Amino acid sequence: MYSQIVMEHFKNPRNVGVIENADGVGTVGNPVCGDLMTVYIKVENDIIVDIKFQTFGCAAAIATSSMITELAKGKHVDEALKITRQNVADNLGGLPPVKMHCSNLAADALHMAIKDYYKRKKGIEIEVDVDKHEHEHETEE
Amino acid sequence: MPEKRRVYFDNSATTMVAPEVIEAMLPYFTTHYGNASSLHTFGQEAHTALENARKDVAKIIGAKPEEIIFTAGGTESDNIAIKGIAYHEMKKGKHIITSNIEHPAVLETCKALEKEGFEVTYVKVNREGIVDVNDVERSIRSDTTLITIMHSNNEIGTIQPIAEIGKIAREKGIIFHTDAVQSVGKIPVDVGRENIDLLTLAAHKIHGPKGVGALYIRKGVQLKPIIHGGGHERGLRSSTENIPGIVGFGKACEIALAGLEKNAVHMQKLRDKTIEGVAGIEASFLNGHRTMRLPNNAHFRFTGIEGESLVLKLDEEGFAASTGSACSSHKLQPSHVLLALGLKHEEAHGSLRITFSRYNTEAEVEAFLGVLPGIVSELRKMSPLWHRR
Repeated sequence: MYSQIVMEHFKNPRNVGVIENADGVGTVGNPVCGDLMTVYIKVENDIIVDIKFQTFGCAAAIATSSMITELAKGKHVDEALKITRQNVADNLGGLPPVKMHCSNLAADALHMAIKDYYKRKKGIEIEVDVDKHEHEHETEE
Repeated sequence: MPEKRRVYFDNSATTMVAPEVIEAMLPYFTTHYGNASSLHTFGQEAHTALENARKDVAKIIGAKPEEIIFTAGGTESDNIAIKGIAYHEMKKGKHIITSNIEHPAVLETCKALEKEGFEVTYVKVNREGIVDVNDVERSIRSDTTLITIMHSNNEIGTIQPIAEIGKIAREKGIIFHTDAVQSVGKIPVDVGRENIDLLTLAAHKIHGPKGVGALYIRKGVQLKPIIHGGGHERGLRSSTENIPGIVGFGKACEIALAGLEKNAVHMQKLRDKTIEGVAGIEASFLNGHRTMRLPNNAHFRFTGIEGESLVLKLDEEGFAASTGSACSSHKLQPSHVLLALGLKHEEAHGSLRITFSRYNTEAEVEAFLGVLPGIVSELRKMSPLWHRR
């Protein structure tokens, strides 16, 4: 079901944890659907110098979280904003189709953390591209 | 390097085929491969094997051999039974009663019938996963033709008050079907004592082969066939009989019946040891009823943890378990059974089903209890839900 890279990140997730006094925090998802993710970033001169995550979810949710931390670490925040859900999935060697929507939240969590950073540190409201993640689970057959 | 541990705790999904069963089946692939409908010796060997297996299958549920038809599995039996009664009785009425924790083989069949104009009442279960007999009785209408309630639940293992429901159905002249796929071979099942008109069985849940099932049809109960062809199995399931599979099913029933009590005691010991061990983990809960459950089923949830991650971590350690039913792992929705218990979505996502067979050992349970707390705490460390609770 999962690629070897997904399983490797699931087994040995990178950068798990919380950053106290983070410069930006982003939370996305909904425990109702079984996926909830928080990304913490530490930023110096607009460079993401540290990043950590906490995730409640399936192997795909954990692996995408781990992957986003690797992709974002050391990047300029504006570069990090360009990382897409598809980039995360591609770097993991693909995700099962059913997992592409709900469990592939990491890019959104990162974008929300950067939005939070802009607001807190610069007083700027930026628009970030985040999936609305509207859920029809309860009405689905 | 030592061999990697492989412990199978997912026996409600399917079971290992018993070596004696394979041995019994083999000649029907190699030398006794005739078609049971043929007149020659090959055919007659197959026919004899078919009828002997029918006796063994009938015996495990207290039925007569002529009340058993062979099918390709539990799902097919459920379809033949439910649609067969619904269509046959539709002049009398088009109302069916079932529960909201049935296997998809029953639920989806009922939903398909609803699209054809039948009406279905889904009786709710209590928080422990048990159907209330009074709810079933209150749901009966003048146009009710069928009650179908599972014998025991495939996810949480709860055993339903089948004899009482059967009694009510019998008194009201309503046909009563039960999917007993999980119960047969684990607890005593008796179609006479439990007032059952139709009962579904499957071979692969009791150390028989996959792709073989049976339907018990009480003498006198009439079904409209939904599969048409050469008229095999009393015209209800046309298709050349799967003789090796059926022989295996017969053998599996014979072994299961002979060891029923001993195996139930053994599995229950493993179950209770597991339940007691898991109780030591903080914020863990047993789903379903503590005692009115199959001797081989333990089903838990752990606050702040998602089930799939738990199952994959356990697999890493060599333990095969499940998040609920094997079927629901293809979907993202939490189990309808757990939601029926009144659990919240995030609680329903964090479940773990451990189901034993007669082949499991206490040492395996001890090893499992040795690794589980570490995995739970590892996943909780990663979980924002646990962090913020």
